[in-house]
Amino acid sequence: MGNVFGSFLRRPEAGSVLSLIAVIAFFVIFGGVNLGNMLGAASWVNLAANLGIVAIPMGLLMISGELDISIGAMIPAGSMTVAIISGYYGLPIIFGIAGALALGVIVGTINGLLTVKTSVPSLIITLGTLVAMQGIVLSASVLLTGNASVALTSPVWAKTLFGQLLGGSFQVIILWWVAISALFLVIVHHTPWGNWIFAMGGDKVSARNAGIPTERLTIGLFILSATSAAFVGMCGAILFNSAQVSGGMNYIFNAVVSVVVGGTLLTGGFGSVLGIFFGTLTFAVVTQGIYFTDIDRNWSSLIIGVMLLVAVLMNNSFRKAAISYSPRKKK
Amino acid sequence: MTHAVLELKNVNKSFGPIDVLHDINLKVNAGEVLCLLGDNGAGKSTLIKTLAGVHKPTTGEIFMDGEQVSFDKPKEAADRGIATVHQFGGTFPLMSIGRSFFVGCEPVKKFGPFKIFDRKTANEVAVKAVRDFGITRIDDGDRLIGGLSGGERQSLAIARAVHFGARVLILDEPTAALGVKQASHVLRIILEARKRGLAVIFITHQVTHAMAVGDHFAVLIRGAVAANFMRGEKSREEITDLMAGGEALADLDSAMEAQSEATGGEPAQSAARATVA
Repeated sequence: MGNVFGSFLRRPEAGSVLSLIAVIAFFVIFGGVNLGNMLGAASWVNLAANLGIVAIPMGLLMISGELDISIGAMIPAGSMTVAIISGYYGLPIIFGIAGALALGVIVGTINGLLTVKTSVPSLIITLGTLVAMQGIVLSASVLLTGNASVALTSPVWAKTLFGQLLGGSFQVIILWWVAISALFLVIVHHTPWGNWIFAMGGDKVSARNAGIPTERLTIGLFILSATSAAFVGMCGAILFNSAQVSGGMNYIFNAVVSVVVGGTLLTGGFGSVLGIFFGTLTFAVVTQGIYFTDIDRNWSSLIIGVMLLVAVLMNNSFRKAAISYSPRKKK
Repeated sequence: MTHAVLELKNVNKSFGPIDVLHDINLKVNAGEVLCLLGDNGAGKSTLIKTLAGVHKPTTGEIFMDGEQVSFDKPKEAADRGIATVHQFGGTFPLMSIGRSFFVGCEPVKKFGPFKIFDRKTANEVAVKAVRDFGITRIDDGDRLIGGLSGGERQSLAIARAVHFGARVLILDEPTAALGVKQASHVLRIILEARKRGLAVIFITHQVTHAMAVGDHFAVLIRGAVAANFMRGEKSREEITDLMAGGEALADLDSAMEAQSEATGGEPAQSAARATVA
């Protein structure tokens, strides 16, 4: 029993699972929350799903030693692209969807190429593309439609796949999030590709010398990240029948918090998909769950800040324990 | 006639106007340990990077088994069986032993079209490979590299190179950061690799370590091979002198002697100042 608990603590996701339990316990004890009401609510699951889809590629990039903050502009870019193509110009929705995802691929390729071909840190590169994409989205929208907000009506099949409300309030994107998480759980922890991502974050030069295509893999991860962000934006536009040029900036820090609470090492080489999943859940429970408590919701940022620090400290000591761990001598 | 596994003929390397290597001629045979000695800045790193395919020689030729080779990138050298192990050995501290052992060539199980990383096989093979080299403390492939001692990491890296068919093993100062006991572990593993017929190039500036395992020695000074000799041809003092540039150390010796005579055998601080003045 102690052994099982010990090996759980050495896993990257330990901190996030404990944080989730701690936050829920805190809300129940000090917030007088009705647990059934809170856990059954759609608000935090919806938030977790939208955030989770960008947090997973963000986490993978972080494991591989890079960072992509341009997602903040790619979310509105994705929703504006589908709305302009299919809403304003009235082309079939499939072109809008393809356009949004293609934009993700293009921006991701630019981020990736700039990162592998220069020695500029990817934080700075994606900061550049973040600001540049905001400019492009705003001016393209005003130039093409004369407006910063565009309406979109989608056919039933697109609505069902990307913008449906299940049970009246649960966004269908929740299913996408769970499916994507499961897919990446397998890829990252049970295929050679996953091994390469960890090796790349551990030591890029050694990884390349071991024959890993580090440049292609880095570019691929940036494409994944930008495309996922465009996907989230696209689903939002289809769900709400309209798209705005603003919004998306919150996702940058929220995703970083989720990933770091989830036990991913900012400098790369350590982390897990399950950890990111639970980190996202924890984040969503704190920001949305607070509405179900007696606590004033303005405190939620404080809770997130404290939780982030506590989770990072926990993760640090768990990681040290994992490194120094060696099985006891058999008697 | 048998050829040396790796041979360098008149290799020169310059970076722009700066000549780093001059006319290097070296060869290493299978089952032989070549010790490359040299002070910091003597060109050891450049030489091994040239062998490992990181740099291309400006002029000169490299032969493997008598056949001329030219490497455009490290992968090509690795494919020919040249493996380099750096000072800190396993460089993925947060990966498990099994995973880091197989980085770049993971064993997989096939499930239809999917290839799943075979953790069990990876761990078993990695642990067995290290234990075959006499490191019996490693018995769990899920342990993280960061938890191993420096000597164990070196051993793991050497075992890894041998497992993947290395024929030439380049060890870049493997004992520099290690304690006495750990270093002797690594030296034993070098001997084991030699016994298995590998050509080992052992870079060090610790003469004692070199003398313990070397068959053949080359001293590098300012980018040129200053001496090239076999085991037993030179004493430890002679080698140390050579590495320090010969005269320099001899001068230091006589200066010390002169000083201790002047102060009646006690090199006191004030006396030392007086001598200098």
